[in-house]
Amino acid sequence: MTTGPDRRAWVAQVMGLPVSVHLRGPGVRTDAVAERVDRVFAELRAVDATFSTYRPDSVLARLGGAMPDPAAAEPLVREVVERCEAARVRTDGWFDARRLPLPGGGTGFDPSGLVKGWAVERAARWLVLPGHDLCLNAGGDVLLRTAPGRPAWRVGIEDPDRPERLLDVVARPHGAVATSGTARRGAHITDPRAGRPAEAVRSVTVVGPELLWADVYATAAVARGADALDWLATLDGYAALLVDAAGRVRATPNWPGSRPAAQTRA
Amino acid sequence: MRRITIWLLSTVAALVLLFSYRTSTMGTGWARSAIASDTDGAGSSWSGTDAGTGATGPGSSTGSDDSGSGGDGRVSGGDGTATGSVAQTRWGPVQVKITVTGGKITDVTVLQVPDGNHRDQEINDYAVPILRQEALAAQSARIDTVSGATVTSDGYRESLQSAIDAAHLG
Repeated sequence: MTTGPDRRAWVAQVMGLPVSVHLRGPGVRTDAVAERVDRVFAELRAVDATFSTYRPDSVLARLGGAMPDPAAAEPLVREVVERCEAARVRTDGWFDARRLPLPGGGTGFDPSGLVKGWAVERAARWLVLPGHDLCLNAGGDVLLRTAPGRPAWRVGIEDPDRPERLLDVVARPHGAVATSGTARRGAHITDPRAGRPAEAVRSVTVVGPELLWADVYATAAVARGADALDWLATLDGYAALLVDAAGRVRATPNWPGSRPAAQTRA
Repeated sequence: MRRITIWLLSTVAALVLLFSYRTSTMGTGWARSAIASDTDGAGSSWSGTDAGTGATGPGSSTGSDDSGSGGDGRVSGGDGTATGSVAQTRWGPVQVKITVTGGKITDVTVLQVPDGNHRDQEINDYAVPILRQEALAAQSARIDTVSGATVTSDGYRESLQSAIDAAHLG
């Protein structure tokens, strides 16, 4: 029996989240690879310093909830503002960064729901290492890459009611697995139409090619509530698993795990 | 079905031993006389159904079934619970139940721990959470990571993800 490639993990607390980097490949114990991993963490910290609404000195906190003017903003801020607008359009307004509750009270622009996936996807460019597999997990949102001939990564989907249980396991060589929900921080996803926490859906996991969009779709689906699964089933290239407030677990027809698909209208 | 049953029963037995071992590290001297009496399966029970009988089969099963060696947990599917027989220990009977979803342990419940002495509370408070964590962490050999709704730094240390990370740090 042959053993697999060498594997190594790094963990850092960034953006208030545990961020785990797992690499498989021949170079995981070299300084060059460790430096690449350090750059990932450093870049995520820099993004947090710019975008956190919890840090009084961040670009966004200084704006006090106003949306940055894309024309005048620095390039990364402009990019995030534009992505937030694209996300609002793609989700029929169910992902809306413009009127969210702010840490200091009141409502205003808070792109946090998009920044994490965007930043992780961007930082992962430091870990494009030939012959190496990457599994980058930022607070439960996962980005995956696999070199040719290597086994897919196996991603457990957490049960929102019992974090030590798994609802399902999906094997993915590439792409993203993102979960949004009300499990850990209380009801922290706002229904942008009602202006209050969304409660009909407990958690949504979305699997697909891009982490930014998997995360945005999962968040929008939680906000959307009752008809979320039908909407998720319409998303090209993405599949989803949903747990509603009653604890019912349902999947879209293309769900890659072992959970059977639910009947959707899509 | 037989393969998963055998695997589950050996797992239940292993868990009883694990439970005993962990308690012994507490310095109670409790483990050395522990007897896992169900290694042959007698007295243990399994109830459940095959999973993935629909058109969408388990995504994880391809090819792993026949190469598995019975004890490595490579089973193709199956949902249900397995109850171990009562293991007689120096301090009294121990019995565990495991819940399996999609061929994987998803929960561990201790049905019986010794009572009638001051240690049962100690065991419940200390050893039982460790038992659960160990069993679930052992599972992590079959998953590489966990996706969940915003795992915060506060909850990380107790999370399954932290067990997976810990196994590969360094």
